[in-house]
Parts: sequence; structure tokens; C-alpha cells
Amino acid sequence: MSQAIFALSTIAIGVGGCILYFYASNLFLDKVLFPARGPNAGRNINRAEAVRPWLFLAPALIALGLYLAYPVVATAWLSLVKEQGATRNFVGLANYAQMTSESKFWESMRNNMLWLFVVPAASTAFGLLAAQLTDRIAWGNFAKSLIFMPMAISFVGASVIWKLVYDTRPVDQAQIGLLNAVWLQFGGGVWSVLFLRILPALLLAAIAVGLAWGVWALLRPVLGSGGSRGSLVVVLLRLLGAAVFAALAVVMLWWLVGVFTVTLPYGQPQTWLTIPFWNNFFLMIVLIWIQTGFAMVILSAALRGVPEDTIEAAIIDGANPFQIFFRIKVPQIMGTIVVVWTTITIVVLKVFDIVLAMTNGQWETQVLANYMYDKFFRAFDVGVGSAAAMVIMLLVTPILVWNVWNARKEMR
Amino acid sequence: MENIAGKRSALTWAVHISVVLLVLLWVVPTFGLLVSSFRTGDQIVSSGWWRAFGTQEQQLNPIRIAGEEKEVDGRFVIEGNLFGNSKTVISLWGTSSREPTAYQPGDTADLGDGQTLTVQENGDFVLTSATSTKDTRLPRVFATASAPPEFTIQNYRNVIFSPLAGQSIGQAFLNTLTVAIPATIIPILIAAFAAYALAWMDFPGRALLIAAIVGLLVVPLQLALIPLLNLHNWAAMTINETFGLTGDRALSGKGYLGIWLAHTGFGLPLAIYLLRNYMVGLPRDIIENAKVDGATDFQIFTKIILPLSFPALASFAIFQFLWTWNDLLVALVFLGTGNDQQVLTGNLVNLLGSRGGDWEILAASAFVSIAVPLLVFFSMQRFLVRGLLAGSVK
Amino acid sequence: MADLKLIDVAKGYGDVKVLSNINLDIKTGELIVFVGPSGCGKSTLLRMIAGLEKITGGDFLIDGVRMNDVPPAQRGIAMVFQSYALYPHMTVRENMSFALKLAKKSPAEINAAVDKAARILQLTPYLDRLPKALSGGQRQRVAIGRSIVRDPKVYLFDEPLSNLDAALRVATRIEIAQLKESMPNSTMIYVTHDQVEAMTLASRIVVLAGGGISQVGTPLELYERPQNEFVAQFIGSPAMNLLDGEVTATGAQTTVSLTGGGTAISSVPTRESDKGLKVRIGVRPEDFVPTDGTHIYQGTVALTEALGEVTLLYFQKDGDKAGIVAKLPGIHNELRGRVVRLTADPRKVHVFHDGKSLLYR
Ligand SMILES: Nc1ncnc2c1ncn2[C@@H]1O[C@H](COP(=O)(O)OP(=O)(O)OP(=O)(O)O)[C@@H](O)[C@H]1O
Ligand SMILES: [Mg+2]
Repeated sequence: MSQAIFALSTIAIGVGGCILYFYASNLFLDKVLFPARGPNAGRNINRAEAVRPWLFLAPALIALGLYLAYPVVATAWLSLVKEQGATRNFVGLANYAQMTSESKFWESMRNNMLWLFVVPAASTAFGLLAAQLTDRIAWGNFAKSLIFMPMAISFVGASVIWKLVYDTRPVDQAQIGLLNAVWLQFGGGVWSVLFLRILPALLLAAIAVGLAWGVWALLRPVLGSGGSRGSLVVVLLRLLGAAVFAALAVVMLWWLVGVFTVTLPYGQPQTWLTIPFWNNFFLMIVLIWIQTGFAMVILSAALRGVPEDTIEAAIIDGANPFQIFFRIKVPQIMGTIVVVWTTITIVVLKVFDIVLAMTNGQWETQVLANYMYDKFFRAFDVGVGSAAAMVIMLLVTPILVWNVWNARKEMR
Repeated sequence: MENIAGKRSALTWAVHISVVLLVLLWVVPTFGLLVSSFRTGDQIVSSGWWRAFGTQEQQLNPIRIAGEEKEVDGRFVIEGNLFGNSKTVISLWGTSSREPTAYQPGDTADLGDGQTLTVQENGDFVLTSATSTKDTRLPRVFATASAPPEFTIQNYRNVIFSPLAGQSIGQAFLNTLTVAIPATIIPILIAAFAAYALAWMDFPGRALLIAAIVGLLVVPLQLALIPLLNLHNWAAMTINETFGLTGDRALSGKGYLGIWLAHTGFGLPLAIYLLRNYMVGLPRDIIENAKVDGATDFQIFTKIILPLSFPALASFAIFQFLWTWNDLLVALVFLGTGNDQQVLTGNLVNLLGSRGGDWEILAASAFVSIAVPLLVFFSMQRFLVRGLLAGSVK
Repeated sequence: MADLKLIDVAKGYGDVKVLSNINLDIKTGELIVFVGPSGCGKSTLLRMIAGLEKITGGDFLIDGVRMNDVPPAQRGIAMVFQSYALYPHMTVRENMSFALKLAKKSPAEINAAVDKAARILQLTPYLDRLPKALSGGQRQRVAIGRSIVRDPKVYLFDEPLSNLDAALRVATRIEIAQLKESMPNSTMIYVTHDQVEAMTLASRIVVLAGGGISQVGTPLELYERPQNEFVAQFIGSPAMNLLDGEVTATGAQTTVSLTGGGTAISSVPTRESDKGLKVRIGVRPEDFVPTDGTHIYQGTVALTEALGEVTLLYFQKDGDKAGIVAKLPGIHNELRGRVVRLTADPRKVHVFHDGKSLLYR
């Protein structure tokens, strides 16, 4: 009870303090510092107007500076020093060297890259699908709010929910995890072939085709004749993107072969979270499950913003529903798709709770954020932890620059 | 779209079915945990939650026969019921762990040494023996019983009221509330003023500031952990030294004040960005008209902008509330791990570590922690969506 | 090559009947204009022909083939939307070639068709631009070009000029007229609010009102021999004046004695039995001429509007005398406040009973 009173009184003090600050500082400015009367009234008003924005901004600027800007600099500094006893010594890039010599770090990097490709892509794709489908049916809003619901659930709560899904019991006991229960239904028969070979194969093939299309779309302006190739940077970026896409497409095809050649351990309950490499995907599913709702809500608004008559024109032009979707609607909401994608990318880079709660980075599921947390609070190695934090910062920097660039464009 | 001539209705059906599948996929995991939270620990581990609604075929723990021995016609007889009460219905039973399903209800088992055992469907048993069974170990019955669906709220009672391993969820709930509410309200106030200045006041460097805020929007808060913790510790230490606070009264670097400030700092970029976007969209005429009428900026802000910005304020409030309520990292770092400071997410992670197999506790705890955000979500979804759109589609 | 036939076509949204009993025959090469008050269902009818709205009753045939359930793309139609409906992410060339690409035409064929359409519409310099880099008039031409390349049997236009300014509207109207000339074998259906567009472009006008067709005819037919009061008032500006009266003499010419005083003679023939019939006569403002003899109308000019070539005289409503408008050639501001008597050529006096013209009995 006393805690409730404590909390309430802090709210009162905090809010009251804020209001008092804004009110009193304005009053002080207008009545005492630059009063709008006397011989200098005109000049005073101008001065007060020049100062007032900073009064309004001051608390925010202090908080932002102290809690976001300063830590970036401080972390950068911490990543270059080593605590030796009570003193801190500048060690240059030694922390980075140590970090890059750790296999756990590279494992985190690999996993983070995996997360970076899979989660935004899958969330956006599912979100787009859900948005397009639910917009066309009467009970769409109800469906939307159910798909959106995981947004409200904490990463930890979601982890518990999915841990139950992934739970494993010994062979001779009843399975209580949904995934194992489903898995044990497969025994190598027709259904197994259909669902575990053909369906994934089709999915992989579709992804590969999508990637190939991406390669083509990226290369077309570069290869095409004419002077509209754009600057060298653009060309290089396109080539880079095309190379990445092509590599991914090859991986997809590789897996496609794998789907048909792998021998599946039918009848064996699986401990999903300990299967190296693939367990990453089981963790990602949790985040995809959460982020799809977000993508869906935003993309659905964007889809509804697509002018109805362009769709009707396409119908008259003879486009089928798929062509309308991919060639008329999707290109028109490309801007929104990019925004959704980058937003989820940022979430992915910070993902920590899910890994901590589900595997704590064991079985090769470590990610950067959790690696860093490990270094900070379990190994108490501030130097390497800070170096890891800087790597995360480095990874978001392109998005940061791009965001600022866009915002600037908008401001003009 | 439905009106287009010659449109196949098969496609419409495909859409309906796909949406049903999608929704199921998204709801079933949560639903599973919800169902589990109302089952006893035994039920949870002995059958999947999806069986909870049907009659349960369940292998019971072995029950050792006990009762008063009577002598009837030269044989020693013990009569009784295996369960004492019960709607439980036995479908199969046995007398050894190797063959727990050897007999049908009503069958008589020959246990050797002249002993026979009969077990009825409702658990009534009759044990007869040629010799007295006094001071011998009576046989055990392995029964497979079918029980009707049964749900309990005992798990919730347990996690909320009785501390588990010294950690009470009820307490954690209060702690979370203590973190979340001030951490929601304070940034809104600060951000609202800043957003107004950035939207409607002219001063040099405004564009630069806006760009900076957009940049800070993506700064990972992981970066802030150690420097800020150091800062908090240093601040606490300085205060302790200047005011001579020691022992119990000494401030610690970890505490509610610290986490409120941290959440405020981390929430501000989004708050300012969202609110500024919204405020810029307010009609210029209203603001200029008020200026002509002689209102000061402070009055314009409190009398005009704040009321008009209510939707944006509400949507950010929901965001920030969900975020602070659901946060784990900031709480782990800036708040102590003591009983009076642990939040729900932290508690849940601990439970996952220490009692990972106790699903009844986990499920109930998880749902206690999810309940408030879900409530907020379903009652204020409209604002949340509006906020999302204002924040991303611009 | 494309005869359209609508038989008892109807449209309802649930219980709401929007259109019913639409019967219409459209011959190859005609340019049919749909006019009518806002909300009367012009767009709906056009979209039903396009296939964008399901037809809920009756039959719609193109060249004798029932089209009710044929998807839009297979009806051989092209549509130009009021808001142009250009695909914003495609260049002009891509916009125009989209339909052909979907139809799997060869690149050579596509380029030829696009280049030809671009030449006709003077769009060649803009082929590689995105729609957002075009002016309103250019966008409109791209929209038309997009339909031309498909070489459809039927062109559908839904208020294609309403987003253009006055001068551009006239220019584009003329372009459309020329386009029509150059394609004598294609049928066009055109929805508009603008009477001038309707009168100048149409080979026949369809007046829609109250959920059905009010009258179908050439522009002059509608102007000279409206079937009912609605059409009479809808066509022409300012609207036709209507005056109540009673038939006093019948025969090859009809004499009507008007309630507000005055007598009208019309060349509409009547039967002996019509004597005493309550009727309403209609005279267009431009058909009134000042007179000293027997008058149809006599009243005080309340207001004059000199438009240069003509002057509008507004007469005030006064007791059971209706307020009317007359249009006289030249400038007549001096008539304001004066009493003026007006009459009209019997051939220009329409007679309605129960809202319907006696001419069409
Ligand atoms: N989905 C619908 N449900 C019910 N009524 C509708 C629907 N769509 C249109 N209507 C009604 O159908 C009628 C005809 O609409 P339509 O758009 O064809 O009018 P219009 O003649 O083109 O008008 P305008 O000249 O203003 O474009 C209107 O009264 C409208 O209210
Ligand atoms: Mg219309």
C-alpha cells in the first residue's frame, strides 16, 4: 500500500513539477526578465520570443542529451578503454580485437544477420498478406485485432507462450507442446511428403523466384542502355544488393534440394530450441508473430489509400487479382513497405528479451544485444560490452542517416 | 471489388479460409497458454492443453490400498473406494507398473498367495486374502481414469497471493505499475512542450533539432545502459556524500527515480516526433487567430494545442505504457532485483530459469503480466492504430 | 462493329433501387451521352456497362452476346475515369502499354500501338515521364491514350473533363470530337454534367432521372420536342418556363388560356375531347418575343442581366402569376421596372399534361 502512495505522490510531484517549471519559467520570462512594458517594451517582447522556444525545449533537450546523446559518446569512449583495477586505461581497439577473436561474437553476428533478413521480410510479407486479405472481408476488423494482439504482449510473455508450443516430453509420454504433437502426426506417409517436403519446397521456390526478380529489378537499370543509370554510388549499391539477393537465392535453392534429401526423424519428439542453426528460426517466429500485426495495421492503411480507380482501371486493362496486387497495389505502397521494413529492422537489432528468456544464447542462438548484456552484467567486461554496443550502433547507422535524410527532405 | 462482373466466388472462399487459418495461427499459442493456466500442474504435463475440453484419459498415480480388514467366511477382506469421493471413472486398471492396463473395471485380479482384488468402475475395490494382511504391504492399484474437463483458478491464487521462492507476482504487479505510470505521464508532458516549440515556434536551428530527434529515434538503448548506470551511481554517491546519507537512508544508483528518468529519456524521441507530426497538421488559422487575439504562446499551447492534440497524446500514452509495462532490459539494469523492485517481466524470466517446468505457475504468471496490456490494447486499439499511422506513414 | 443493347437493366444495392427498366439500343459509331441530375445513376449505368458493377436485373448485350457475367477486361471496352486513374508508379509509356502487356502482345506490337496513340494525342515528348510530372490536360490525354491503344469496341468516359479548367475543357472537348471522327467504327458512351458537352458531342443524348430513362434522342430532338417537363427543363439554360392553364380551343393548333392571364397558342394538335384539360405550357426563355398584341405573359421586369449578346429578364412571381425568365437578343437594361408583354411562335410553345408532352400521345 505504501508503495502505491509512493507511486502516486511521485506522479503528482513529477507532473506538478513539470507544470510548475513551464508555468513559472514563462511567467518569469514575461514579468521579470523581459517585461512587455516600460521604455524597452518592444525590444523585450522580441527577446522574450527568442528565449521562449528554449524554455519549452529545455527539459526535453536535457533528457535527450543526457539519456541518448551522451551515452553514445560515452559508450564509444568506454569501448576504447579497459578497466584495470581502479583505473581506466586507454587501450585503443584492443576491446574490439578481443571481441572479434571470440567465436560467440561471430555467432552473434551470424545470427543477427539471419534475424535481419528473415524477421523484417517475414513480418512484412505476413503483414501485407493479412492486410490484403482482411481488407476484403466483412469480419476483417475482428481478424485484424486478433492478429494485432501480440503487439500488446511483452517479449517475455510471448516467450513463455511459445515455449509451451515448443515444449518437449520424453517419447513415452503425451506431448504437451503443440509443435511436437503436430510433428508426431507425421510418419513419412503422403501427408508428410506434402507438408514437410512439397510445401516447404514450394515456399522456398517462391522466395527464390522473388529474390531472382529482385536481382533482375536491381540490375535492369544498370544493364539497360541509355544515360539514366544514375551516379556511380547508386550503381554500386544496386550491384551490391543484386549480389546479396543472388547469394540468398542460391541458398534458397540449396535448401530446396535439402528439403528433399534430408532424412527426417519421424516419431521422435524434438527439442526444437536445441537444434543448432534451425533453433534461431524458432526464436524468430516469436518476433515475427509479434511484429506482423504492426506491419499489417500500417500496410492495411496504406492499401486503403491506393486510389480505387487505379484498381478499376487495371481490372478493365485485364489484370487478375494477383497482377493487381503485385503490379498496381504493392508498387504504390512501396514507400510504406520500406518504412515498415526499417522499423522492424530496428526492433530486430535491439532484440534481447526473447533470446534471454528462451535460450539465453545457448545452443548457438546468441545475438548481439544479448551478447552485450552478457558481457556487461555477467562477465562485467565493460570494454568488450561497449564494443558490442558500438557494433549495434554501427548497424543502425545507415537507417539513421536515411531517416534523417528523408526527414530533411520533408522539412523543405 | 465485390461488384465486379464475372468474379469467381471461389476466390472469396479462399480468402475467408486463409484469414481463418492466419487468425488461428496467431491466436492458438496464446490460447494454449491461457487454457493451461486454468489446469492443474498434473493435467498440464499429462496431456496437451487441446485435450482439456474433452474427457481425459489419464494415468493416475499409483494408489496403495488401505482400509479396515474384516474377516468374512474365513477370508480376510478389505473394502473401500480408491478415491474417497469422486466422479472419476476408471477405464482400465492393473496392479503392476509394467502392466498398468491389465484389467477391465469389474475384473478380479489374482495376486497370488490367495489374494484377489476386484476394482469397480467407480473406484470401489474388494481385496480378499487367505491370510491376514496385517503388517504386510498391501498391493498398489495403477488406474487409468477418465475425468471430465476440469478447470481451476488455484494457479492464479497461488501466484498472486503466495510468494513463490520469495517472489510474489502480486508485489511485482504493483512494482510494474509503479514503474509504468510515471514513466508514461512525465515524458508526455515534456514532449508536448518540445513538440509545440518544434512545430509552431520559429527559432534558429529548428530544422537541425528535428533532424537530430529523428536520428535519436533509432539509437539503440543498449548503448545507454552502462554510461547511464555509471551516471546514476555517481549521482547517488554525490548526493549521499554531500548530505551525509548513510546506511538505510543512503540513495542507491538503482531505483524508481532512475528508471523513470531512463524511460523518459528513451521515450522522448518517439513522443516528440509523433506529437510534432500531429501538431504541425493542426490548422494554422486557429493558431494565428489566437495570436491576433493576443494569446501568448503558453496560452495557445495550454488552451488550444493540448486539447486539440488529445488523440495524439492518447496514442503515445498507450504506446509508452505498453512499452514500459512490457520492458525487461531497462528494468533489469536500472532497477534493483530485490523483491520490492522486481517487475513482472523480470519475475517471469526468473521463473523461466528456476521453475521452467512448472507450467501452471508460468502460465498463470504470464497471464497476470499480459492481462493489463491486453486490456489496454483491446479498449484503446483505435488510438493505438492512429498513433502508429501518425508515426510511420508520413 | 459494336452494337450495345440494354434490356430492362436494373441495379439495386440490397433494397435500394438505383436504376430500373433501362432499355437502350446503341448502334456502332454512335456517341451516346448520359446526362441527368447528380445521383441519378449515370456513373452506375456506365460502370455496369464496363462490368465494374454487377447488373442486378435484365440483360446487357454487346453484338448480341450477353455480357452480364463477362469480366470487364473481356468486354472489349475501355474506360476513361474522371480522376484519370493513371498508375502513379509507371511512366506514360508503361501506363499506356500495361493492358497490352497483360494481353501478352509482342513488344513490337505494343511499341507501335503506343507510339501511334502518343502521336495522335501529342504525347510523344512525355512518354518517359511519370504522371506526377504532367499537367492536368496531359494526364487526361494519357488516360485517353491508354484506352486508344487497346483499340476497344466501346469507349466509356465518366465526366472526363470535369477536372480541367474552362479553356482546356473546350480544347479537349474538340479533341474528343475529332477523335470520334477519326474512329467511325467505335462506339462511345460519355457521362457529363455539362450541357454544352452533351449538345455538341452527342449523336444521341440519354436523359436519366428518377431511376430510369426520361428520354432518348438527338440533341435537337431533346431541345425541340422534349417528352416531358423534366427533360424540357433539364435541357437548355436558363430552364424552360412553365405556365399553368386550361385548353380552350382544340384542333391543329391548341389555344390555352393561362391562369396568370394571357393566352398561348401552340402548334401541338389536340382532340375535341381535350377541351377544358388542365395543362401546363412551356416556353424557352430564348423563344419569348416582346409583343403589343395578345400575350402569353405580362409582368414587371424585376431584374435584368445583360450578358452582351443577350439580356436575361427576370419577372417577379406575383399572386398566381409565375415568375419567369426571358432571354432577348441585345442589351435591354432599360426594361428593368417596366411592364413587358411577351409572346412566342406557336411552334415553340410546348404543352404538357400530367408532366408529359401532348406531342407524344
Ligand atoms: N454502394 C452503394 N450503396 C447504395 N447506394 C449507392 C451505392 N453506390 C451508389 N449508390 C447510389 O446510387 C445512386 C447513383 O449513383 P451514381 O454515382 O451513379 O450517380 P451519378 O449520376 O454518377 O451522380 P454524379 O453526377 O454526382 O456523379 C446515388 O443515389 C448513390 O447514392
Ligand atoms: Mg458520377
